[in-house]
Amino acid sequence: MARVLILFAHPALERSRVHRRLIRRIPDSPDLTFHDLYEAYPRLDIDVEREQRLLLDHDVVAFQHPFYWYSTPPILKQWQDLVLEHGWAYGSEGDALQGKSLIPFISAGGGEMAYCTAGYNRFTVRQLLAPIEQTAELCGMRFLPPFVVFGTHRLDEQGIAEEGERYRALLEALLAGEPDDAERERLSGAITINGFVSRLVS
Amino acid sequence: MSTETFFTQAFVYLTAAVVAVSLAKRLGLGSVLGYLLAGVVIGPFVFGFVGAEGEDVMHFAEFGVVMMLFVIGLELEPSLLWRLRAPILGLGGLQVGITTALVTGICLALGLPWQQALAVGMIIALSSTAIVLQTLAEKGLLKSSGGQSAFSVLLFQDIAVIPMLALMPLLATQHMELSGDEHHAAETWISGLPGWGRALAVLGAVAAIIVGGRYLLRPFFRILGRVRMREVFTAASLLLVIGIALLMTQVGLSPALGTFLAGVVLANSEYRHELEADIEPFKGLLLGLFFISVGASIDFGLIGSEPGLIAGLTAGMITLKFAVLIGLARAFKLGTDQAFLFAFALPQVGEFAFVLLSFASQEGVLGGEITDPLVASVALSMAVTPLLLVFNERILQPRVGTRTTVDREADVIDEHNPVLVAGFGSFGSTVGRLLKAQGIGTTVLDVDSDQVELLRRMGLKVYYGDATRHDLLETAGAAEARMLVVALDSPETNLEVVKTARKHFPNLEIFARAFEWRDAYDLYDAGVKYVYREALDSSLRLGSDVMREMGFRAYHAERATQKFLRHDQESLAYLATMKGEEESAYITAARRRIEDLERMLAADLQDDDLDRDAGWDPQTLRAEFSGRPDRAE
Repeated sequence: MARVLILFAHPALERSRVHRRLIRRIPDSPDLTFHDLYEAYPRLDIDVEREQRLLLDHDVVAFQHPFYWYSTPPILKQWQDLVLEHGWAYGSEGDALQGKSLIPFISAGGGEMAYCTAGYNRFTVRQLLAPIEQTAELCGMRFLPPFVVFGTHRLDEQGIAEEGERYRALLEALLAGEPDDAERERLSGAITINGFVSRLVS
Repeated sequence: MSTETFFTQAFVYLTAAVVAVSLAKRLGLGSVLGYLLAGVVIGPFVFGFVGAEGEDVMHFAEFGVVMMLFVIGLELEPSLLWRLRAPILGLGGLQVGITTALVTGICLALGLPWQQALAVGMIIALSSTAIVLQTLAEKGLLKSSGGQSAFSVLLFQDIAVIPMLALMPLLATQHMELSGDEHHAAETWISGLPGWGRALAVLGAVAAIIVGGRYLLRPFFRILGRVRMREVFTAASLLLVIGIALLMTQVGLSPALGTFLAGVVLANSEYRHELEADIEPFKGLLLGLFFISVGASIDFGLIGSEPGLIAGLTAGMITLKFAVLIGLARAFKLGTDQAFLFAFALPQVGEFAFVLLSFASQEGVLGGEITDPLVASVALSMAVTPLLLVFNERILQPRVGTRTTVDREADVIDEHNPVLVAGFGSFGSTVGRLLKAQGIGTTVLDVDSDQVELLRRMGLKVYYGDATRHDLLETAGAAEARMLVVALDSPETNLEVVKTARKHFPNLEIFARAFEWRDAYDLYDAGVKYVYREALDSSLRLGSDVMREMGFRAYHAERATQKFLRHDQESLAYLATMKGEEESAYITAARRRIEDLERMLAADLQDDDLDRDAGWDPQTLRAEFSGRPDRAE
C-alpha cells in the first residue's frame, strides 16, 4: 500500500487533448491526492508549508505535465525551488523526503523514435529529465523512470483512450505498492516505465 | 441702469474679483477672503466705485447662494442625508437650540420683548453656508471629521430656516403699521392672509416643490433632453432655479431653501450631473459677486459712528457661538484640532441672517434700531471668518497638531524614511501596512487627526499635516526621501500634492492614486510615471473570479486579467494623448465618462489578441507534424 500525490501542472488544460482525458481515469481512492497546481496558485504564489505537509502525507510523488521545451511548465519549477528547502528536503539535516518515490508522468508531441541519439530530439526522455532525476537523488528519493505518452500530435481518440487505460493501471499499481524492489532494480536502467505498464494491462 | 453704467459696473466687479482673488490665493488666504476684500476696496468707504446700488447688486447676487444650495442639494442624496442624521439632528439641533436660547436670554436680559429676543436669537444661531463650505472645500477639509460635522450643522441650519421663516410672522408685534408701506410685502400673494394662513401657504409651497420635483420635473427634462440643444437645457436649469426662487419669494420663504429642496429631490435623478454642470458657472460667478457685495455693504459709516457697539456685538456673537461650538465638539468627541476646525469654521452669522433680518423687519418683528447694527456686525463676522480659519490653520493647528507629538518632532528629522505616504485613508493605509510589514521605513501624513491619534496608538508613525503644503512635506523629510505615495481622498488635492512635490522636491519618485481615467490623464500630464486607478485591480479581480465561477481555469482567468490590465493601461496612455481636442468646460463629468468608456470599448474590440497564448496551442504544430512523419516517429 502506498499513498500517491499527483502534482499536476498544465497552464492551459482547457486546450489539452491528452491530459484532460488522462485525469478522468484517475482511480477514486482515499490514498490518492490530485493536486492541480495552476488551479491552486494562478499567481504562482506557492504555499510552501501546505506543499511540504502534502509531501509528508504521501509515499509516491508524481510530476504530471506536458513536456514543454523538454522541461516542466514554470509553476513546477517554481514549486521545486520553493518547496524543496535546504535543511528540509536536502542537506545534512534535510531528510523529510527520504525513501519516498518520484515519478514523472509526461506527454510529448514527438514519437518515441524521435527521442533517441539518432532521432530528431537527439536525447532520450530520461536523459532530458536528468535535472529531475538528480533532484530526487539529492533529496534521497527513489526515482522511477517516466511514464510517457508519446506522439500526442498524432494521437487519435482511440489512442488517447488506450493511454488513459494504461495511466489508470499504473496509478492502481502504484497505490498497491508496486513496483517492488526487484522490479525497481530491473527498471533502473529503463528509459521509460512504459514497458512495465504494458505488462500490467496485457 | 444704462448699458454703459452696466458695463462699467461689470468691469469694476470683475477686475476687483480677478485681482483680489488671485492675490488672496497666492497668499494662501482662500478666495472668499479675496472677494470680501475686493468688495471693501471698491465699496463706498475706500474707492467708492460702487455706492448705493451695491445693495441692489447684493440682492441680485444673493441668487448665487440660491444656486449654491441647489447644487449642494443635488449632491445630497436622501440616503446620504439619512446616514448623516445623527450629526445633523444631534449636533445641528443642539447648536441651533442652545445658541438661540442663550442669545434670546441675553436679549431678554437687555430688556427686549420676548418676540424680538427670540427672533434675534434664531437669526444669530445661523452660520454662513456659503463662506464655510467654499472655504473648507478649497482647503480640502470637507471630508475631515471636523469638516463633516460643520457640514451637518450647516445643513440643519439650512433646514431650520424653513420653520424660522414660518414662525416670523407669528412673532410680529406691530404688523398693522408696517404692512402698508413696505413695498415687498405688498407684492406677495399672501400678505393679506393672517399669520396661520401664511404659515400654511409656506408649507404648501414646500410640498409643491417636493411633489413637483418627484413627478413632474423628470418627464419635463426627458422631453428637453430629446431636443438635444445644450442651451435649452441650460435655460431650463436656470428656469427651474429662478421659478422656485420666485415661488418661494411669493410665499415669503427663502428661495435658497426651495432650491435646496428641489436639489435633494433631484439628487437621485439621471439629470443630476447635467443640472450641476449647467448651474455651476452661474453659481460660481454669482457667489463671488455675493461675497464682493457683502464686503462692499459693510457700513463703515455706522461702524465709525458706533465702533464700540458694533465691535462688541460682533465679538460677542462670535465668542458666544464659538463657545457653544467648542462645547458641542467636545461632547461629540471630536479630536482637539478637529474641534478647533469645527468651532472656527462656524462662529459667524450667515447670509440667511440678511434674509431673516429683512423678512423680520418687513413683518414688523424687528425695527431699524435693531436690524441696522445687526446687519453691520453680521457682515463683519462673515468677513472675519476666513481670517479666523487662517489663524486656526497657521497659528493654532501647528501647536495643537504637535501638542501630542512634541517628542515626535525630532523623530521626523532623524528618521530619514525613504518613503512618504500622503493620505492614510482606505487606500494609503493598505500601502502603508504592506510597506511596514516589509520593514520599509515610511512616514505618513494625514489631515484627519482622529485617525492620526488612533494610528499612533497602534504604533504607526503617522503625522498630522496637510500634504499640499510644501513646508510640511519638507519637515516630513521630503528632501531626503526617495518616494512619495500620494493617496489622498480627492483627485484635486492629489494633483495639488503632486504639483507641489514636483516643483519643490524633484528628487521624489511619485506614486499616485487616481480615481477615474480623467484623473489618470491629469497625473500623467503632471509628469507622474506611476499612476494607479483605485478601482482597477479590484474590479479585474472580481471579473476574474466571475470567470472562475463560470468554469474557466484559474490560471486562464489570471492571464486574461493580467493581459486585460496591460491592454487597459496601453489604451489609457494612448487616449491620454488624444484628449483635449473636443475639451470644453461645458461637457459634464458624466458625459465625459461615457465618451471615455466608448473609446475604451472600441479599443477592446480592435485588440483581437486578448485571448491567444499560441505557445500553448499545438494546432499549427499538429498540422505540420501530419505532413512530416519523420519528426513524429
